[in-house]
Amino acid sequence: MGRAERRELLAGYLFAMPWLIGIVLFTAGPVIFSFIISFTDWDLLNPPHWIGWANYATLVHEDPLFWKSIRVSAIYTLFSVPLGMAFALAVALALNMNLPGQSVMRTIYYLPSILSGVAVALLWQWIFNAEFGLINVLLRKIGLPAPGWLTSEQWALPALIIMSLWGIGGTMIIYLAGLQGIPPHLYEAARIDGANLLQMFRNITLPMLSPVLFFTLIMGIIGSFQVFTQAYVMTNGGPAHATLFFVLYLYRNAFEWLKMGYASALAWLLFIIILLLTLINFYMSRYWVHYDDAG
Amino acid sequence: MRRGSHKLSRRLFLLLLYAVLTAGAVVMVAPFLWMVSTSLKAPHETFMLPPIWIPEDFRFENYAEVFDRLPFFRFLLNTATIAGLVTFGVLLSCSLTAFALSRLRFRGRDLVFYILLATMIIPAPVTLVPIFAIMRRLEWTNTFLPLVVPAFFGGAFPVFLLRQFFMRIPRDLDEAAVMDGCSAFGIYWRVILPLGKPALATIGLISFMGAWNDFFGPLIYLYSIKKQTLTLGLATFQGYYATDWHLLMAATVIVTLPILLAFLFSQRFFVEGITMTGIKG
Repeated sequence: MGRAERRELLAGYLFAMPWLIGIVLFTAGPVIFSFIISFTDWDLLNPPHWIGWANYATLVHEDPLFWKSIRVSAIYTLFSVPLGMAFALAVALALNMNLPGQSVMRTIYYLPSILSGVAVALLWQWIFNAEFGLINVLLRKIGLPAPGWLTSEQWALPALIIMSLWGIGGTMIIYLAGLQGIPPHLYEAARIDGANLLQMFRNITLPMLSPVLFFTLIMGIIGSFQVFTQAYVMTNGGPAHATLFFVLYLYRNAFEWLKMGYASALAWLLFIIILLLTLINFYMSRYWVHYDDAG
Repeated sequence: MRRGSHKLSRRLFLLLLYAVLTAGAVVMVAPFLWMVSTSLKAPHETFMLPPIWIPEDFRFENYAEVFDRLPFFRFLLNTATIAGLVTFGVLLSCSLTAFALSRLRFRGRDLVFYILLATMIIPAPVTLVPIFAIMRRLEWTNTFLPLVVPAFFGGAFPVFLLRQFFMRIPRDLDEAAVMDGCSAFGIYWRVILPLGKPALATIGLISFMGAWNDFFGPLIYLYSIKKQTLTLGLATFQGYYATDWHLLMAATVIVTLPILLAFLFSQRFFVEGITMTGIKG
């Protein structure tokens, strides 16, 4: 190795040093530590004891709340992610047509997504108030039944799904950027061939946008499995565990009941679930995602 | 004739589209108006049916009362301190690392980059318990340190985005700088940082917003009222005054206003930031 090469090697590792230290201290170390802790019983105050697979066995066989929390997070994901993507795409398509006033519209649709989760949660708790909330006032006015929303076992989770649609702005902006990256000549060629709007959407817009849709799908799933704030602030997991999101249950195990080993086992299962869903999506993406250099 | 009817149907379509978009926009804006309206009401007015949108008197004293009950100025100061330090830490550590990964050639660089990519899929809860245990052992709980210090050690996502951006800065500039006797640090400082400004502004904004809106971190690390951030303070406030909706909404306005103002002044960066995180991933 020459002098110059050695200098560059040294410089490379020196510059990357903050992150290299960070990965050891805040990622690699904790990942290994967390894996080991998941096989122990540890309350943070006394030394951990090794209990083998007991945490995982309890989770799977004897803990109905674990299964409940998986169900809650899965149902939430199943609805909020595709609905959010569909609404965001619809709005993005409409706001990409050069209508007058579209920049004001874009701002309006985007604005809610920059607010903090706690503020959004409090505001919507008031909006979903069974008696005086905006939504039920409207529902009663048009003669529809007004459910108890956050106080109803049946309606609390749908309420949180509806609320999540208020925050589609970020996804919408991503789609808008994607739409602007589609070369206009594709549409011109299609128009000459006599294609209508629907055909152009199906055969040009969707395939050209598919990598972006795929990205937001993956990020959406990962994000929605980690929902915490809304459930903590608005319903505290209730009523009757109807909104016991996975990470809320993990938080309670770790910080309310000091079951650090159990919480770590939960975290590892979350990791595995997210990993599997991501892998399945990558596999499925072959059939619908098109990567095109033109885009 | 046919052309005319085609034009007409197109106009009808646009009109319909406009109506739907406007209805959607009203739905997006209504919660904001409801929040501000409630925050200015007298207590009994919040429980009126049918509800009123414009209160009898605008009770700005609701806001004063919020500040009397909990130290929201303090929360604001704490939040700004944390978010400022986090932003500085992320920009410093991630730009250095991204510089190494994009401009320097050294053995193991690609491996380092792949490890970086791999760490992006690890969900935060996996490292939660160990990091908490470390912070507790260091006696850093109930200080800002657990929230701020990790930012000075990089983060996979910002490093990745900065690297992608730095790669597109022409290499000729580095070579010219070397001719002029610049060291590696000189290239970083005089070439990459100035040319990387748009990307740095975007990353800075994302980090600032993330820290400003963070709830989980403050929730587990900060106990005493004096140390709390805006989001945590708001949750605490809710715990005390669960049904005083006029005060709760005033507090919510106080917490959201800085972000809304920041947005209006830097809308372009926001939009670029979201786009950048979305597309180049």
